[in-house]
Amino acid sequence: MKNLQKLAAVLMAVMVVLCGALLLTHEVSAASEGKISGTVKYEGTPPHMRGIDMSKDPYCAKANASTSPHMENVVVGSGGGLENVVLYISEGLSGAALSQPATNVPVFDQKNCEYTPHVLAMDVGQTFKVTTSDQTAHNIHPNPNPMTGNIPWNQSQPPGAPPVEKSWKAPEMIEVKCNIHPWMHGWFAVVKGPYATTDANGNYTISNVPPGNYTVTAWQETLGTQTAKVTVSGAAPAKADFTFKGK
Amino acid sequence: MRITLHKSLLCTAAVVMVFPLASLAQQTKADFEARIGMESHIGHVTGHAKSAQYDYRRYCVGCHGDRGDGMGENFPWVDPKPRDFQLGIFKCRSTPTGTLPTDQDLSDTIGRGLDRSNMPPWNVFTDQQKADLVAWVKHFSPRFASEKPGTPIQIPAEPEVTADRIKAGREVFARVQCWKCHGVTGEANGPSASTLQDDLGRPIAAFNFTEGSRPKCGSSDQDLYRIFMTGLDGTPMPSFADNIKPDEAWDLVFYLRTLMSEPSKEKAIAKQLGLKPVDTNAPAQPSGQQ
Ligand code: HEC
Ligand code: HEC
Repeated sequence: MKNLQKLAAVLMAVMVVLCGALLLTHEVSAASEGKISGTVKYEGTPPHMRGIDMSKDPYCAKANASTSPHMENVVVGSGGGLENVVLYISEGLSGAALSQPATNVPVFDQKNCEYTPHVLAMDVGQTFKVTTSDQTAHNIHPNPNPMTGNIPWNQSQPPGAPPVEKSWKAPEMIEVKCNIHPWMHGWFAVVKGPYATTDANGNYTISNVPPGNYTVTAWQETLGTQTAKVTVSGAAPAKADFTFKGK
Repeated sequence: MRITLHKSLLCTAAVVMVFPLASLAQQTKADFEARIGMESHIGHVTGHAKSAQYDYRRYCVGCHGDRGDGMGENFPWVDPKPRDFQLGIFKCRSTPTGTLPTDQDLSDTIGRGLDRSNMPPWNVFTDQQKADLVAWVKHFSPRFASEKPGTPIQIPAEPEVTADRIKAGREVFARVQCWKCHGVTGEANGPSASTLQDDLGRPIAAFNFTEGSRPKCGSSDQDLYRIFMTGLDGTPMPSFADNIKPDEAWDLVFYLRTLMSEPSKEKAIAKQLGLKPVDTNAPAQPSGQQ
């Protein structure tokens, strides 16, 4: 505990010094047209994803009658691409790229008693929407650490319920659950600045990155994080590929 | 000029962003001392945290602990566990889910106690003592220093109980699916009941309407209304404020009375009507369409 506080104090001191240095320099970039793109792969045999028994709610069971629903903690595509990895810039951002949250409204849908997408990435302060396409009641219950400034809430969404619109105050990977359907489990990945999430092939592109030197972080809910250094300079997207190794 | 302003703003933001790291660790004595001036305002009474030190040590510390983290010496033997005040999350609120309770809410809770837990009703205290204890409870959490309580939900005047309203309440119970957890007869045996957990991952039972126990957050008609419109934060019990209209909410309160064991006007009417538990196989009705 003490150590954490010391760490925080040191970090703060470092920040103040860095910021001072930044204020003294004069380079600034107005336009933000650059991109960072790449592929995230999984190396090794993908872990077994447990099947889900939805028989307690006949609606959910019926909606999944022709598929075999399973957990989505690690989703590996045919070419070894890793889905649902969140990529964001953990170091090097400044100026407009940090101060204006994205204005589009990402949507987290409850569909066939699962979360679509399983991981919803968003910027701090960006409005997002939780919707339901199901004819069974859900309750949407994110569980952040209140000490970060993100406060947990819990709202019901019966069939036909209007969307819930919210935003988060601080960067945090927040677990989302439905208490009615205990297998429903997803994430709000709240980051600062531009971000992207990998598709089914593990591909991603972070847009609106001003030229500069950055550290990109790739976050996967069970495999953890990895970082890479990139330089964004002009028209061609900067490249950053990642590989998460299995056991 | 503009650029410099931008940068200095950014730097302030960056420094502030690192700051929460400090509070991710448990709160310390120094944090508490910094908030010892915390007040509460309940009616015409102003509570002062400082003045509650003796009462807290004498009556509360055994469960809620020195640091208000719920780790008092009774912690191992108490279930549900004493509340950790540092998190600033409370079950009994007149305010929307995800917001802080009002001082009045906390004072009401202390006076009422929490049924089906080791937290007894503290009706021996004067209003001043309760107000001081509320300020003391608040001083444990950084949230009360930086956030205002939510705006209490509006509860319209209670209408007359009628057979039609009870029947309409039964439809609301079916439509928003309270029965998923509470069961169609209110016996806390719905299909999702056995897997419920609180926010700290501890098993928790849904409220059983039929066995004569009192709701933790009050048992008047207004209390019932408030409970399902605000939810019990930190538990699976969600807020229904977006999905039940004020008039329907009263219908639902009347229907809940018919599930409870205590004799009531509602219960008598339900018996006359021969009201059956809701049918969970009936097709779901989208909201707003009855
Ligand atoms: C014998 C143990 C015990 C003692 C003594 C005790 N509490 Fe509690 N308290 C609890 C428990 C257990 C809970 C949580 C109950 C639950 O979650 O249902 C609780 C919860 C609370 C809450 C949170 C209510 C909410 O809405 O979530 C407050 C406020 C509170 N206590 C204040 C006090 C104060 C003030 C005192 C001293 C006057 C006190 N308690 C003494 C056991 C105790
Ligand atoms: C996801 C499951 C779930 C759903 C859906 C749900 N409840 Fe609850 N409810 C709970 C749990 C769990 C508790 C117990 C909380 C506690 O003891 O701290 C509870 C407690 C209650 C209480 C007692 C609160 C108190 O102060 O002790 C009432 C009244 C109640 N619920 C009414 C309703 C109504 C009405 C609905 C539908 C509009 C509903 N609930 C839907 C899980 C649920």
